Amino acid sequence: MLLQQLVNGLTLGAVYTLIALSFSLVMGILGVLNLAIAELFMLGGYFGFAAILAKLPLPVALLAGMAGAALVAAVIERVGYQPFRDAPVVTPMLSTLGFSIILQNVATNIWGSDPLQLPDEVFGARFTLGPVSASAMQLTIVGATVVLVALLAFVVQRTALGRALRAVAENRDVARLLGVSAGPLTLLAFMLSGALAGAAGVLIGLHYAAITPYIGVEIGLKAIAVMVVGGTGRIWGALIAGPLIGVAEVMTTAYGGSQIRDFVVYGLMIVILLLRPQGLLGGARTEQGPRV
Amino acid sequence: MTGKQQPRLEAAGITKMFGGIRALNDISLEVLPKQIVGIIGPNGAGKTTTFNVITGAYRPSTGEVRLDGKAVTAEPSHLIARAGISRTFQNIRLFGDMTVWEHLLVAQPHSDFTLRRLLPTRWADPQAFRRAEEILEFLKLADVKDRIARSLPYGIQRRVEIARAISARPKLLLLDEPVAGMNHDEADDIRRLILTLRDSGLSILLIDHDMAFVMNLCDYLYVLDFGVMIAQGRPDQIRSNPVVLDAYLGHAT
Repeated sequence: MLLQQLVNGLTLGAVYTLIALSFSLVMGILGVLNLAIAELFMLGGYFGFAAILAKLPLPVALLAGMAGAALVAAVIERVGYQPFRDAPVVTPMLSTLGFSIILQNVATNIWGSDPLQLPDEVFGARFTLGPVSASAMQLTIVGATVVLVALLAFVVQRTALGRALRAVAENRDVARLLGVSAGPLTLLAFMLSGALAGAAGVLIGLHYAAITPYIGVEIGLKAIAVMVVGGTGRIWGALIAGPLIGVAEVMTTAYGGSQIRDFVVYGLMIVILLLRPQGLLGGARTEQGPRV
Repeated sequence: MTGKQQPRLEAAGITKMFGGIRALNDISLEVLPKQIVGIIGPNGAGKTTTFNVITGAYRPSTGEVRLDGKAVTAEPSHLIARAGISRTFQNIRLFGDMTVWEHLLVAQPHSDFTLRRLLPTRWADPQAFRRAEEILEFLKLADVKDRIARSLPYGIQRRVEIARAISARPKLLLLDEPVAGMNHDEADDIRRLILTLRDSGLSILLIDHDMAFVMNLCDYLYVLDFGVMIAQGRPDQIRSNPVVLDAYLGHAT
């Protein structure tokens, strides 16, 4: 029973990890909380559903969700972030809040507010190993998350683009003085972030076999909690915090009752904010010199 | 100074206002190819502000900055960097999580978005890779290649910053107090390094407080005081200039 809950918790945690990485990519590089990520996640789910219902294979659905969400993210960057680049950080945040509500509204108008259901027979297979049983979908979610995180880690840590992204994240002014052009990298960060959120949307939509225009709100907020627990300045903090919160949530529901579930998740966030505001993984961020 | 030679850098009539404060007042200076030029002056004289105007971090209120005769005034700083001006900082500004090696690759000339840039650098840009290896050797940083730069001793961090700056392939290198906080041996290392860089074809503009260091190293000096250029000349001329002695040397030592 405990092992089974662990498997369920890790599945949920995998999705939280993806969305939290999505938030922290933009947060880490621009210091801006892109609130529309919750809706990019929801849209990714709808795009993925559309692909599945059109009888396309799952990898194609996943790519469709990622590409669609990345494109919407690019629009948000150009219209909702770029013009406010030099404004106080709360300004672009408010504009992404506006985008978030508009996108929810658009989704409601296109797909209606009732849950869109997936036929049962899709991904119904289950695998059993001793006392633990996992659905094909759960394994797909965890597998896809591992692959996506590995890809992201490769891009960020090993390539010229990733180095430039990290340089801009660390100190935009110094990076520019070295010839790194921050503008295109900002767009790239938004699109990568959108693709991750879109992938998470496809995966969770298929997991629940249902999706609504409001699915982003609850899970998006939870992903923000995951990001905070992992450390807002360190994008890889989500790798620990995502599974942790997923498991904590599932365990709380299983053993304590679902009515205290959110209490545990957000309580953990507040405890972290109070005791370790840099997050589980965040080191002490000292010697940040004044900006140029 | 020979009248005919095209200066590498010209700053002409630079004034920079911050609100009502005149931080720089009609500053003009030039750096010739393969010349080492120093800017000296008391704290708050406007030396670093001059650097910030040259690199495009600040837009001057009036005046023009030219690199090889071409105006680069207030261009976006990444374009000025690509045009050939690179700098180091008085308070070292290395990237927190990057190794020394990564610092050498991050400043390599950029072509923004090509899929090639998603390959590991060794294959994507073998030229950049080789150049980074050369700089590593040249600045004697090979031993610490894979260390996180900020975890290294102060003197080595300064070298990493210079290495990062020259990996951007500048024509003009700006050094903001390159030997601040260094002991005599370390400072002498940096002095020899600067001479070698000059011999390799770089022009150098530097700020420092260490008078002996500046006098020994520079071909030409500018003296700033409260945003005004109060003197300029060869080190021996500056050393005996009464205005300079009064404004700077007098209360600096």
